[in-house]
Amino acid sequence: MNISARLAWRNLWRHSRRTWLTVGAMVFCNALLVFLIAVQLDSYRMMIDNTLGAFTGHLQVQRAGYHEDQRMQQTVPAVAALADKVRRQPGVSAAAGRAMAYALASSEQRSFGILVTGVQPDAEPSVSTYPGLVSAGRYLDGSEAAEIVIGAVLARNLKLGLGDELTFLGSGRDGGIAAGVATVVGIVDSGIAEVDRGVAQIPLGYFQQTFFMGDSGHSVVARVDELDHTDAVVASLRRQLAADSELVVLDWDTLQPGLREAIQTDMISAWFMYAVLIVLVALSVLNTQLMSVLERTREFGVMLALGMRPGRLGRLVMLETLLMATLGLALGALVGAAVVYYFSVFGFSYPGMAEAAAKFNLPPRLYPQVSALAVFWGPVTVFAGALLASLYPALKLLRMEPVAAMRAV
Amino acid sequence: MTAISCRELCKTFRQGEELITGLDRVSLDIDSGSFVSLSGPSGSGKTTLLNAMGGLDTPDSGQVTVGGTRIDGLDRGERADMRLHNIGFVFQAYNLVPVLSAQENVEFVMQVQGVAAAERQRRAREVLDDVGLAGMEGRLPGELSGGQQQRVAVARAIAARPKLVLADEPTANLDSHSAAQLMGLFVELNEQRGVTFVMSTHDTRVMAYARRLISMRDGRIVEDRAQEPRPMNL
Repeated sequence: MNISARLAWRNLWRHSRRTWLTVGAMVFCNALLVFLIAVQLDSYRMMIDNTLGAFTGHLQVQRAGYHEDQRMQQTVPAVAALADKVRRQPGVSAAAGRAMAYALASSEQRSFGILVTGVQPDAEPSVSTYPGLVSAGRYLDGSEAAEIVIGAVLARNLKLGLGDELTFLGSGRDGGIAAGVATVVGIVDSGIAEVDRGVAQIPLGYFQQTFFMGDSGHSVVARVDELDHTDAVVASLRRQLAADSELVVLDWDTLQPGLREAIQTDMISAWFMYAVLIVLVALSVLNTQLMSVLERTREFGVMLALGMRPGRLGRLVMLETLLMATLGLALGALVGAAVVYYFSVFGFSYPGMAEAAAKFNLPPRLYPQVSALAVFWGPVTVFAGALLASLYPALKLLRMEPVAAMRAV
Repeated sequence: MTAISCRELCKTFRQGEELITGLDRVSLDIDSGSFVSLSGPSGSGKTTLLNAMGGLDTPDSGQVTVGGTRIDGLDRGERADMRLHNIGFVFQAYNLVPVLSAQENVEFVMQVQGVAAAERQRRAREVLDDVGLAGMEGRLPGELSGGQQQRVAVARAIAARPKLVLADEPTANLDSHSAAQLMGLFVELNEQRGVTFVMSTHDTRVMAYARRLISMRDGRIVEDRAQEPRPMNL
């Protein structure tokens, strides 16, 4: 074994209690980071999944410019056929065509502005959780039927119930007046006031007839097998649709920019907390190594006198830290991964979590997943922090004079 | 051939407000194969001179040449390399590395030099045998007596086969028997291998082993004479 490695290893165990205390601090910090980062990453994944699952999907095909300026005329031709094509793409788990228009919804007594969405009743449940939120009646059935699903708040405002007729009035694709009368077949209670007050769905075929859309719509919404595969699927679809320069493929990040911003904001605050932890561990390493260098000053003086270069002595101290940090990383990552694995099976919640989680589209119980990113991200940063902390005692050795060092008590 | 040459060496130390003279225009030449004793009272400059000769400390002015190479102008790393390849040190307090066994301590310098494992192990065992520590190779310094530790230190100093050994009060912490054994070993190495020894000591009985006596006082050489070695019972 190399002399430096042998010395470094044995020096670590000269004061085994001190070494174990420092390693223990690293293990604790690493395990905590692994758990917190796993929970954090999982909550982001679920936040994205649940938010996108509500309506947006992982990606959408639209006419260029529609996302920025949602005019009726910016249509996707043969939207149902395009949805079939998108559905057949590798990596795509579901796709559905949609059309949207703002309209004035009226009952006998009142009128309210709503967003009417034309959907494919057979495909919509696989791209959106909205159909599953029907609390009374049923979801849409049949593409041409004059039926409508409305939110609970809208139903209350319009004083409508199942089987009642709702009249809606808007602008058709050609700019003319579009009007329809649909029977309320389902009432949705999503718990989100804006959705329950202002969103209604009708079959795509009925929408196309009413709003003079022909066979066109405004978007094809798709979900992918794995969130991480979104970019690859988007790239593949862009290649497939390259011939039609009028169409664009937008990923969820473009469709919901606020979601990523919310995640990034949360990440910054979380990393501030992690940074405090890492700095504390780094200071503990610095303290240990400074003590260790101080009490071995005489010994280092002898090594210098015998011909060891100061730089090599500095590397010896770095190597000692490297060994300690490797132990801390390995044990911390192992303990952290074990804890995460336990909770990935049994899940966990804490008091008040359900209420807070609902605001962020999170389930009331979390099941963090073990991933390489979660297991190594924090510990590797602690590892780097520990090495950085040992630079100071190592650099002190570069200025050490053998005679002065050997006089040290 | 000259092993060490010192010219007009000056060195002062600050102790609080006071300026202490360590070396005051010291000049001397030491031939290869010499056995030199530096003597004088505490604070006379013996250790300061040894440190300057060994490149452990730099003089304020003057020149030091070891084996034909000026060392007073070298940087820390270059001085370390010079010591590694030319000089063996024996210290008063043994100064063994406590986490290394006797054999590993002896191998230490050779390992830093980059000597192959098999070769340095063979040489370390051989030298430990020469200093009478065969069978104690695996012991840690804490498991050895003072005399045994000093013999390990001597073995460490000579295993790398330096041309020059600088010893600072090597017998100060040893009993008479161990001191006599150590001096016998120095004489043997000097006579059989031609190693140059420069040794500082207070002990007149130890000085008797040297062939050249240099006495110092207040940082100056006050006497420099040759003598016929007269080993005596320590």
